[in-house]
Amino acid sequence: MKHLEVSESRRQFLKASSLAGGGLLLSFNWLASCRFSAEEMGEMPKEWSELNGFLKIADNGQVTIMSPNPEGGQNVKTSMPMIVADELDVDWKSVRVEQAPLNLDAFSFQWLGGSQAIRRGWPGLRQAGASARLMLRTAAAQAWEVDPVEVTTRSGVLEHQPSGRSAGYGAFAAAAALLPVPEEVPLKEPGDFHIIGSSRKNVDGPEIVTGKPLFGSDISEEGMLIAMIVHPTAFGLKIKSVDDSQARNMPGIRDIFTIQILDEAYQKEYFDTLTFNEVVAIVGDSTWQVMQAKKALRITCEPIATREETRLRFGQPYPFVTPSGLESSAGHERQMEEMAVRPGAIRRKDGDPEAAFRRAARIVERSYTGPFLAHNCMEPMTFFADVSPTHARLKGPLQKPELTEKALSARLGMPLEQIDFEMTRLGGGYGRRSYAHWAIEAALISQHMGAPVKLTYSREDDMTAGIYRPAYHVRFRAGLDAENNLIAFHVKAGGIPESPLAANRFPAGAVPHYLAEEWTLDTNLTVGSFRAPRSNFMAASEQSFLDEVAEAAGKDPIEFRLELLEQALTNPVGETNDYDAARYAGVLELVREKSGWANPPDGLYRGVSAYFCHNSYAAQVLDLVMEDGKPRVQNVTCALDCGIVINPDAARNLTEGGIVDGIGNALFAELPFVDGVAQKDNFDRYRMIRMAEAPKAIDVHFVENGMDPTGLGEPMFPPVFAALANALYQATGRRHYRQPFLG
Amino acid sequence: MAQFTLNINGSSHTVEADPSTPLLWVLRDHLNLVGTKYGCGIAQCGSCTVHLGDVATRSCMLPVASVGNQEVTTIEGLSEAGDHPVQEAWLEEDVPQCGYCQAGQIMTAAALLKQNPNPSDAEIEMAMNGNICRCGTYVRIKKAIRRAADANA
Repeated sequence: MKHLEVSESRRQFLKASSLAGGGLLLSFNWLASCRFSAEEMGEMPKEWSELNGFLKIADNGQVTIMSPNPEGGQNVKTSMPMIVADELDVDWKSVRVEQAPLNLDAFSFQWLGGSQAIRRGWPGLRQAGASARLMLRTAAAQAWEVDPVEVTTRSGVLEHQPSGRSAGYGAFAAAAALLPVPEEVPLKEPGDFHIIGSSRKNVDGPEIVTGKPLFGSDISEEGMLIAMIVHPTAFGLKIKSVDDSQARNMPGIRDIFTIQILDEAYQKEYFDTLTFNEVVAIVGDSTWQVMQAKKALRITCEPIATREETRLRFGQPYPFVTPSGLESSAGHERQMEEMAVRPGAIRRKDGDPEAAFRRAARIVERSYTGPFLAHNCMEPMTFFADVSPTHARLKGPLQKPELTEKALSARLGMPLEQIDFEMTRLGGGYGRRSYAHWAIEAALISQHMGAPVKLTYSREDDMTAGIYRPAYHVRFRAGLDAENNLIAFHVKAGGIPESPLAANRFPAGAVPHYLAEEWTLDTNLTVGSFRAPRSNFMAASEQSFLDEVAEAAGKDPIEFRLELLEQALTNPVGETNDYDAARYAGVLELVREKSGWANPPDGLYRGVSAYFCHNSYAAQVLDLVMEDGKPRVQNVTCALDCGIVINPDAARNLTEGGIVDGIGNALFAELPFVDGVAQKDNFDRYRMIRMAEAPKAIDVHFVENGMDPTGLGEPMFPPVFAALANALYQATGRRHYRQPFLG
Repeated sequence: MAQFTLNINGSSHTVEADPSTPLLWVLRDHLNLVGTKYGCGIAQCGSCTVHLGDVATRSCMLPVASVGNQEVTTIEGLSEAGDHPVQEAWLEEDVPQCGYCQAGQIMTAAALLKQNPNPSDAEIEMAMNGNICRCGTYVRIKKAIRRAADANA
C-alpha cells in the first residue's frame, strides 16, 4: 500500500490500522476470516486500500469491513457491516468482516450495552459506506476524465453510462484511497436499500459450528500461564490472611499472591464497580492444576468497614455507600417491605392523587418483588493480558472496553497510548461484562508474573462474585371511578441498592392523577446492569398489575391499555412523558391481530403484555397449557417496533432468545444470600431454562415504519415476564407477585 | 503425572497429565482443541460435550485416566469440512447467538441423530435437556435438529 499524502481526517483513520497490528496489509489476516475455499474466492487479493477506518477494498474487488462494537450474540458483527456495505453499494458476497480493536480515533461508542450499537452506529456506519462510494466515483471520474455525477455504481461496479465505461471497485480502490475523505455525503433513501432489511447469515456462523477459537477463553499464546482467583468468602468481608503453604507446592503452580484491583483513592465511575478489591491470584501451567491449588488454598477474612465515597456516572457525581455487615435475603425482604410503607422521594406528581383515590369507586393495590439475579454467561469471566513495563496488550470479551481501559491506565500508571484492547467474541454478556474488573485482574497478574496470562473464573467464582441484578420492590395503587375509568395511579418503587422507577413512562401521561415515588437501600453486594436494567422488573410488575386493574374494570386487557394510550395520545397529562403513545399502541394492535386475540385457541391460557424501553416498543401474547400441574408455554407472538430492521432473520433470532431468557428468569431465577454468601454457585442449584421449558414456537412481527433503527437486544425481554404471569393467572387463578414464579 | 495416549478425532495424541485431569482440560490446555467449552465443571450445562465412541459425554468430569483407547470425537473432528448434516442445519437455521454453548449442543444433537435418526419432538427435548443455552436459542436448535433429521431421511 502506498499512501503519498493524507489529509488530517485520513491520518486518524490510518492510526487505526497501525494500532490494529502494524501496516495496512499486515493487519488483515485473509485466511483467518475466510469462509470459502480459494477456488470459490477467485484470485487472492494482492493489495488492499483503506478508504476509511471502517473499510478496505482489494484490487480484486473484495471488501473488508471492520465491525466496531463488541459481539456478544446480538449479531452486530453481521448487521453493522451490512449497513456500511449497503451504502458502499457492494455485493454482500464480496464482503469479509473483521472485529475492530478498541480505537476511539476511528470509532465512537464501541459498546455492547443499552441496545444502542445499531441506533448510535447508524449514521456513522452509513457515512462510512457512502463516503467511500463517493471517493471511488471521484477516482473513476478523474481517470475517465468525466463528471463524477455521471459515474454511478451497481453492486461493486463503477459505470459511466454516456461513454459505456465500467470497472470494478478494485480497479480504483488505490486511487480512491489517496483522495480526502468527504466530511458528509448524501445517503440512500430507505427504499433503495438492498442489504439492509434482507436476512444475512451470521458471519461467524461457520467458525462457531466447527469450534474455531473465537472466544477469550480460547486464547493460547506462547509462554502463556493460567490464572484463577480466590475471593473473600462473603460480601462484607475482606482478606485478612492467606495460607498457601500447601497450594504453593502443588504441581504446576508458579506463584500465589494477592492483588489490589484499583487504588483505594481512585475516583470510581459507575462501570468501575468491582466485587472485591483484593483477591488472591493463583498462577500455574494448566487450568486443572490451578483448580486443585485453589481448593488447597486457605484464606481467613475479616469484616469490612463502612465506606462512603463519591462516584461518577457519566461525569455526574453521586454518593455511594458500602455498608459493613453480612447481609441476607430474608433481611433484605423485611427492609424492602418497611421502605414500601414509608413516604418515598416524589419523582412526579400530576393532579391531586390522594383526593382522586379518596373519591375512587374502587382501589386496587398490589406489591411485587424481584430477587438478586446472576448473569450466568455461558463463558465464565475470562481475559488475556500481556503486560510489559512499556506496553499492555489485553484481549478478551468485554462490553465497554473504553471504560475499562481508563481504569486500567490509572492502575498500571501507563498512558492509554501504551494499552491495546482487542475484542474477542463474548460468550454472553447481558450486562455482566460491562464491569471488566477481571481484565484489570488479568493485567496485574501478568505484570506480576512478567508473562502473558489468561485469567479464568470458575463457574463458582462467576456466580458467587457477581455484579448482580439488584433486588427490587414496587407497590402500585390504581383508582377506578364508578364508570371504571382509571383516574388515579400511584407507583412507589425501590431496590437494593437502586430504584427501578422510570417516572415518566406509561401509564404516566395517561392518567389525570399520578404519583411516582422511589427509595433505595444500601448494600455491600455488588450490582449492575442486567439485560434491560430496571425495566426487567418494572415491566414484569406493572404489566401484571395493569392486567389485574383491567380485570377489576371489567375490560379486555388490550382494550384497556389502548384506551389509556389513546388518552396519552390525544390529551396527554404532563409534558415529560418519554414514550410515543402511537407507536406503543401500534405494537399492541399488531400483536392483537397476529395472535388472533379475538379468537383464542381452545385449551390455551393467554396473557398479554407490552412495554417501552431502550427506545423500542414490544408487545407479546403468550399461550400456555398446564401439563401435570406445570405450565408449558406453547407459543409466544411478539410485535416489535424498533424502526428499520437491519437483518430480519437475525432480529427474529435475538427476539426469540430474549423471550426464552425472560421466561426462564421469570420462572426459575433467583440468587439468595445468607450472611453475605450466595446460596447457589453452579447450575445444579441455579436453575436455568432448558429446551423442554422453552416455548414450542415464537412468532415475531416487526412494525414497518421506515424510521431510524432503535434498540433490539433488550426490549423484548422485560414484558414477557408479565405475559407469562398473566397467562398463568388464566390457567391457575393465581396471580404472581414474587419472582421467580416457580421459586 | 502420567502419560496417556488418546485417540482423538482419528489421531493418536500422547499427553502428560495428572490422572484426575478431566478430558476437557486435556483437550483445551494440552492439545489446544478449544472448541470444547468449559461451562460449569459439574456436568450440568453440556458445553463440554464430546463423543466417546458414539455416545455424547460430558468431558468436564471425565478423568483422562478413564478414557483408555475409546475413540474421542470433538467438535473439531465431527466433520472434516464443517459439513456434518447437523452443522449444515445449524447454519441454515442460523442458530447461534453468542455461540459459546453451540459446540456442545451440536455434539449432543449429532449423537442423538446417530442413535435415533428420526426423533420426535419429545425425544429431542429429552436428549437436549442437558445442554443450557443462556441466549435462549432452543427454538432454533430444535428446528435445526429436525432439519438435519429430514436431510438424513
